[in-house]
Amino acid sequence: MTEPPLLSVRHLTTEFTLADGQVARALEDVSFDVLPGQTVGLVGESGCGKTTTLLSVMRLLPGNGRISGGSVLFKGTDLLTLSEREMRSHRWTDIAVVFQGAMNALNPVMKIADQIREAILLHDLMDRKAADRRVDDLLELVGIPRARRNQYPHQYSGGMRQRAMIAMALACSPDLLFADEPTTALDVMIQAQVFELFKRIQAEFGLAIVLVTHDLGVVAEMCDVVVVMYGGMVAEVGPADSVYNEPQHPYTQRLLAAFPDPSQSADLPEGGQDLATIPGTPPRLNALPPGCRFEPRCERRIDRCTEASPALVDVAVPGSGARHLAACHLLGEPEAGDA
Amino acid sequence: MGERRSRWSGALRGAGRAIRRNKLGLFGAVLVLTALVLGVCAPLLTAYAPTDIIRDADGHGLTFAPPWEHGPLGTDDAGRDVWTQLIYGARISLTVAALAGFIAISIGSLVGITAGYVGGRADAGLMRVTDVLLVIPDLPLMLVLIATLRQMDLRVSPLAVLIVVIGLLYWTSTARLIRSQVLTVKERQFVDRSRAIGAGRIHVVRRHILPQIMPLIVVNTVLVLSTAILVESGLAFLGLGDPTQPSWGTMLNFAFDRSAITNGAWWFYLPPGIAIVWVVLGFALLGNVLEERLNPRLTGHHLEGGKGMVAVPGRSEA
Amino acid sequence: MDRRSFLLRKAGLALLTILVVFGINFVLFRVLPGDPVRSVIGRGVRITPETQEALREQFGLGKPVFPDQLVDTAGQWLQGNLGISWSLRRPVTEVLASKLWNTVILVGLAQLVAIILGVLLGMLAGWKRKTPLDAGALGFSLVAWSIPTFWLGIILLVAGSTWFGLPTAGAVSPENTGKPLLSVLPDFARHLLLPALTLTIVFLGEYMLIMRSSIREVLADDYILTARAKGLSDWQVLRKHALRNALLPIVTVIAINIGFIVGGAIYVETVFSYDGLGKLFQTALVKQDYPLLQGAFMLLAVSVVIANFTADLLYVVLDPRVKDT
Repeated sequence: MTEPPLLSVRHLTTEFTLADGQVARALEDVSFDVLPGQTVGLVGESGCGKTTTLLSVMRLLPGNGRISGGSVLFKGTDLLTLSEREMRSHRWTDIAVVFQGAMNALNPVMKIADQIREAILLHDLMDRKAADRRVDDLLELVGIPRARRNQYPHQYSGGMRQRAMIAMALACSPDLLFADEPTTALDVMIQAQVFELFKRIQAEFGLAIVLVTHDLGVVAEMCDVVVVMYGGMVAEVGPADSVYNEPQHPYTQRLLAAFPDPSQSADLPEGGQDLATIPGTPPRLNALPPGCRFEPRCERRIDRCTEASPALVDVAVPGSGARHLAACHLLGEPEAGDA
Repeated sequence: MGERRSRWSGALRGAGRAIRRNKLGLFGAVLVLTALVLGVCAPLLTAYAPTDIIRDADGHGLTFAPPWEHGPLGTDDAGRDVWTQLIYGARISLTVAALAGFIAISIGSLVGITAGYVGGRADAGLMRVTDVLLVIPDLPLMLVLIATLRQMDLRVSPLAVLIVVIGLLYWTSTARLIRSQVLTVKERQFVDRSRAIGAGRIHVVRRHILPQIMPLIVVNTVLVLSTAILVESGLAFLGLGDPTQPSWGTMLNFAFDRSAITNGAWWFYLPPGIAIVWVVLGFALLGNVLEERLNPRLTGHHLEGGKGMVAVPGRSEA
Repeated sequence: MDRRSFLLRKAGLALLTILVVFGINFVLFRVLPGDPVRSVIGRGVRITPETQEALREQFGLGKPVFPDQLVDTAGQWLQGNLGISWSLRRPVTEVLASKLWNTVILVGLAQLVAIILGVLLGMLAGWKRKTPLDAGALGFSLVAWSIPTFWLGIILLVAGSTWFGLPTAGAVSPENTGKPLLSVLPDFARHLLLPALTLTIVFLGEYMLIMRSSIREVLADDYILTARAKGLSDWQVLRKHALRNALLPIVTVIAINIGFIVGGAIYVETVFSYDGLGKLFQTALVKQDYPLLQGAFMLLAVSVVIANFTADLLYVVLDPRVKDT
């Protein structure tokens, strides 16, 4: 590890209090790093906690959510120790989010340009005129014609809205971008355009991207590091090559079983490669088993799997220098000092 | 037929469950039921008839006697027992509201089902009628209609006039609600399949559409009933009720017109109003709870986070 | 459909409604059995045969109903001639005009206060879910909805006159009748207070309820999360993003309620003997002065129709989505 990580999530645990009073543990002991300029993919089925992770890092959980453990270090500062006011100053300027533009993530009664400008003016980066110029630059960067700056979200196509969201996310020059399912509900052609855009801005601005998605193909294309989540926990994390070629966790193995060679992603079928369906259902977060959460659906379970939840074990190829971890009892005991 | 009855009871049972679970709903049900019971058991709860005049030792009418002189609620301007009028008034108020509500819901359901299911020109026409009716201010229209009807020598009780007029004007909410639900249900496949095997329209409506709209009708009924009570009491207050069969509104008309206020006879003008609020609030709470069950409200919104969000042990409150 | 055809459709509906109201007005009083003169004066009123003849002449009641009377009446009304109020012996239009302002001021004032308070309190209640404020707002709205307007008026009348010595009848004291309102402002204000308060409470309940549920829905929308993610504080999110969206349903309701300004105070005006259109309507009803009654009804209905159409116009202007759907 030569450079310090930009974002370092350690043992993050998040709970939700449900309507009937029960507590659901949406995240348990989640840890991963993001280096500057790196692209990290956060993959898993819906409900596995990937979006919750994003919301927890940004401290944007809804009213019934609580972060009950762990730390979120961004450039050395633990975001969880900040006051809400301090946190607000970090939002968007350090870490920004690209939500699904196809949905309702843009204010329907506000002009696109105004919404982007709002972010700039909010953080006192420049005066109004300069901000307007910056908005124009951003729109140009993402390929939205300047003539359409004063239109409303409903007048944009789904792909354009997504690009507008990206422009808005870049407004305050963040170091880290979270992209939450940025291409769901877009057709394949538009998806490709959006990812081209991501690559371009990454090359140009050197920002790190955390891609939250269930689309393995996209992750294969774009990500340096993959974090596979299951049932609120990290199942496996490591360099994309390692994880795709030598998956260590049974869940990852099942996922990739139906997945063709990542280098042939150009031949992906319509709609991208969704996670292969594995028989069974994800665990109920308000009634978690004491053992491994994947155990009920795992074909390679042993007795140990129902007794205790496995910790992350270093499974990297010795001497490769990369950090590849997986949480499975079949992989032996964790070394002391492991995260 | 048995099946249809079971749909009804299914919806009602569901309603019952929802009410029992929710404290407010239970409270609402209690309010409504007490009023009902008082009305039904009226003869058992008072020795007088509403028109009986209480006389004092000299044979004069015991006018405006306060509750401590003649309980439990004193007498009115002519010496009639207020408590008696109140509980017999429950019968009138509730019955008129129920009948008017029945008419309104029947018309509304018919219009809603027809517009939604038949569609096309029938739908457009019916919706236009609904729109026009909604725009015309209801109180002036009712007053004008009632005035005309009364002039027509129809030899019907003023209460019948009220029932009909209210029923004729308050079906629009029901119609719209049912129409949109029917439109939704119509899309579903089993309706098409049913038609494909040759089922007649009425049959389809009965077996497939009605069960889906029944819960909505139940909720809407509560709303219509509470509106009907308020409207009836208002019209009765303006003198359009039946003086020989006073409802709560009529009692208030008497109180107002016959100087109960200037005479400070609060026992005459407070109880009927309280009774109206009692029953209408009961219905409103019931309706609220039933509606929650049908459209369970959002569990939260994005601005509820903040102080309690980070609760990491060993760290000061962030 | 686009903006233009939407508005055209609404205009058509408005026109249709006015026609229907005219039709109701015209037909209702001519179906009364007996002498057609009864379409002018109700049954309970005694008139001499000479008066009957005069009325017959004046209102053209000898001619057949269709088409003569219909065309005549329509023509007259279009010219603004609504006939003569026989009980007040003045043209109907004049009578209506003289009472119009009293009602407009009364209801307008109540609406204004109710809107401002209702939007504010409703917004706070919807934002601060599950707090006493929310419960209180909901409770207040439910009770306000359940109270008959006229009874609330009676309660306030008693309380106001007993505890505060406020007047109990009229828009102004008897000695000030007929004077221009501005010159007797304090007196007018004292008479206005209780009826306006009654109406404010009733309207407030409605606005609070609508605003509360509107804000709750809006705050659950995705763009609220985006706004928070951008670093806006809760209050900033509320003010800059939520409010604009949450106000849309209220604006339409407000516009419609404005329409009821003219006719919405019948109960309150009756209880307080407040000298406005509502009381006029009630009096015309009781006295069976049908020209006055019809004229008043026409005025009330038409103002609601116009207000409704304005509401549609406003919505088109305020919600950019409506333009190009």
